[in-house]
Amino acid sequence: MTRIEKVSRRGFLGSAIGAGALVLGVQMEQAEAASPAWSPSVYLGLEPNGTAVIVAHRSEMGTGIRSVLPMVVADELEADWQKVRVQQAVGDTKYGSQNTDGSCSIRDFYDAMREAGATARLLLEQAAAKKWNVPAAECKGQNHFVVHAKSGKKAAYGDLVKIASTLPLPKKTDLRLKPESEFRYIGKEMPTIDQADHTRGAGKFGIDAKMPGMLYASIERPPVFGATLRSFDDSAVKGVKGVVQTSTIPGFKPPHVFQALGGVAVLADSTWAAAQGRKKLKVEWDLGSNGSFDSGREKTEILAKIKQPGKVVRNVGDVDKAFAEAGKIHEASYYVPLLSHAPMELPAAVAEWRDGKVVTYAATQNPQAVQEAVAGAMGIKKEDVTCHVTLLGGGFGRKSKPDYVCEAAMLSKQVGKPVKVVWSREDDIKFDFYHANAGMYMKAALDDKGRPTAWLHRSAFPSIGSTFDAAAEYAMELEMGMGWVDLPYAIANHRAENLPHKNHVRIGWMRAVAHIYHAFAVHSFVDELAAAANRDRVEYILDLLGPDRQVPIQPVGMKYWNNDQSQEKFPVDTGRLRRVLEVAAEKSGWANKKPGKGRALGVAAHRSFLTYVAAVVEVEVDDRGRVTIPRVDVAVDAGQIINPERARSQVEGAAVFGTSLAMMGEITAADGRIVQSNFNNYPVARINEAPRVTHVHLVPSKAPAAGIGEPGVPPIAPAITSAIFAATGKRIRELPVRKTKLV
Amino acid sequence: MIQLKVNGSARRFDGDPEMPLLWYLRDVLDYTGTKFGCGAGLCGACTVHVNGEATRSCVTSMQDTAGKEITTIEGLGARSEHPLQAAWKQCNVSQCGYCQSGQIMQAAALLKAKPKPSNAEIDAAMQGNICRCGTYQRIRQAIQIAAGVKA
Repeated sequence: MTRIEKVSRRGFLGSAIGAGALVLGVQMEQAEAASPAWSPSVYLGLEPNGTAVIVAHRSEMGTGIRSVLPMVVADELEADWQKVRVQQAVGDTKYGSQNTDGSCSIRDFYDAMREAGATARLLLEQAAAKKWNVPAAECKGQNHFVVHAKSGKKAAYGDLVKIASTLPLPKKTDLRLKPESEFRYIGKEMPTIDQADHTRGAGKFGIDAKMPGMLYASIERPPVFGATLRSFDDSAVKGVKGVVQTSTIPGFKPPHVFQALGGVAVLADSTWAAAQGRKKLKVEWDLGSNGSFDSGREKTEILAKIKQPGKVVRNVGDVDKAFAEAGKIHEASYYVPLLSHAPMELPAAVAEWRDGKVVTYAATQNPQAVQEAVAGAMGIKKEDVTCHVTLLGGGFGRKSKPDYVCEAAMLSKQVGKPVKVVWSREDDIKFDFYHANAGMYMKAALDDKGRPTAWLHRSAFPSIGSTFDAAAEYAMELEMGMGWVDLPYAIANHRAENLPHKNHVRIGWMRAVAHIYHAFAVHSFVDELAAAANRDRVEYILDLLGPDRQVPIQPVGMKYWNNDQSQEKFPVDTGRLRRVLEVAAEKSGWANKKPGKGRALGVAAHRSFLTYVAAVVEVEVDDRGRVTIPRVDVAVDAGQIINPERARSQVEGAAVFGTSLAMMGEITAADGRIVQSNFNNYPVARINEAPRVTHVHLVPSKAPAAGIGEPGVPPIAPAITSAIFAATGKRIRELPVRKTKLV
Repeated sequence: MIQLKVNGSARRFDGDPEMPLLWYLRDVLDYTGTKFGCGAGLCGACTVHVNGEATRSCVTSMQDTAGKEITTIEGLGARSEHPLQAAWKQCNVSQCGYCQSGQIMQAAALLKAKPKPSNAEIDAAMQGNICRCGTYQRIRQAIQIAAGVKA
């Protein structure tokens, strides 16, 4: 549950408006802004000149959230968008959660944003009523004015701030939220506030933040997860021009959570000098128990392990009996490798330790996690960590984990100056919190129409839980709840099992998380069953979905995660999945496009982050086995859409992200070390490899807003491999596709 | 002493001649619109113009800039907005925005050489520039709008 604390107006002035958190770059922000702003909510203030200052408390990594949530406030405020200034919040629990991941910003804060805007509007209306001595109910906020229709009186918001600031805050029950018909911005195609800056290189990211007198750090980290520093020789480093000193960062204590990995840092007067100095370091490590880790051997272990029974995590009917009685059995194993987030902006932060407190400017998805992690590293209170949030050059989950901010803060304390840490791409690829590698074993008993009477799904993968509990080997609730125990099909007998597996690298959540491998296995298996039955794949999936209904999910020994939402409010609704599948099929011309030479369609439909998505992907495989993707159609039911323009852009981007992981993404390890290092050996989709065009079809929905940042990802990989099978007859059970020779 | 021009202004540099232009622009001149993405000429985020040619500043050492004219994203539309910048806004291309300086500089060099590029020419020119958010179809669309060619 999101908790939003009421705070005093002084508190708001002191932290958000006064902090001027948007001012980044060459110098630190100036002291308190002079204007005596009035702030009836932590999310909103008005200046006497009428400017509405709306606080963006979620991080902007490309979803548009720092524009879209303020638009909701502005709508209820009846603000003129031209008179709105968006101000990025520092980390502070008074805003509720600032952890920008899980596709939940709109879902969790839509109501709070509306209430903030409606509160201010009501107070301005009451202020006008007081000024004109008329009933408040006759006064109406309209586009930055309050008007009184009967008398024709009109007052600008700015001219009412003084009176409004003397009025008591209204009760929530007194608020009058606008009817949908009066929405100005909600549901409209509004451009985001940062578009113009991005065409001029003016957006300020974590890597762009500077503090006066700061040093630049380049850090040599333990090459193996859990390795510790034995010794180092920095004698050659000091001869490098621009290098100021070296410094060590202690290793983490398990569980690692978001602690710094430790290592040896070179501090210098420029990024370049620090990197040159680092090359001259000689470091010896004790590699520890992961020094022999080999990802190829691990894959073999996982694929063997999932042939054995595991811990039952969902059980419906009697799978064993159905298998024993079945005429026909189909089984298959699938594998998805470790993946790296690789956001275009590297992990970056600048931090200053002074007088027992830390101030940092960081590209972070979660400034409150920065406060906690840095406080933990420095032995101070989290309130003594001020985290200014910059723009993020992509996040994808990587920047929820602020180990790099801890590094900057720890180094600053040691050298007595602000320190900027920017990871190299090699650092980023080699020291990530990797998306888990996973093996899935699927088994179905089939009736005479090729329809499953029983379904068994076993998974084994290193769990994200290992971030918080070093001994964790079983999946977390959230990993089980992502496309695994929540199978929506009308199958009488269904069992899900989990095999334990230990992590050997840091494991973390990446855009769409466990849905990535579960969706690949489930929908690939469905595709195999449809092919085995010689049935049309769309028709087959519709048959599996069965009649429109809400499917109660009852896992064994735990609750169904469901994105921390109730199944009453957000049920698993097969009718919505059916609808998006039908729309995607219709818009893509599924029924009429017959496979040609090396050209075919593939399909998958998946519910994730409470949103329903169906993708139809068209592939072309040439006579040398090269795959191109001329077109993708994605139908989405994400409930209420606040900004259709940004919703489409998220789904377009998800199709590219899904293509990267399907076609080319793979992290491997040998002797405990990550093999890949940069975009040459960890490729991501380029303009000629991405889908040429993705058509996004937003399905109108009366359901509450669900999520949009991630749900476009999971169906892409299985839809691509479904299409490749239709085009070539090659069945791909292991990602990435590039490992399989197609001709 | 290396002499060069950056966005029309004469500059002198007497630091490490091996230092890549990228870090001179970012750390010394504070032209932070040019981004660091890979340090190896693999992603295009650092693309600037050196004597009008699209160049990866992360692998261009300062000694190779002597006597050259450098244009960064800050200099591209300094006098009047470049048609690509207008088209980028029209298409709402940016998601996180980090790679877009490099994308626009690459596209500007393309349009200078080929004012009416075909789809294949756009793909060939732009495939060195990675966008992890996946805005490629809008990048292609914006280039076509700026060039006045049909998709």
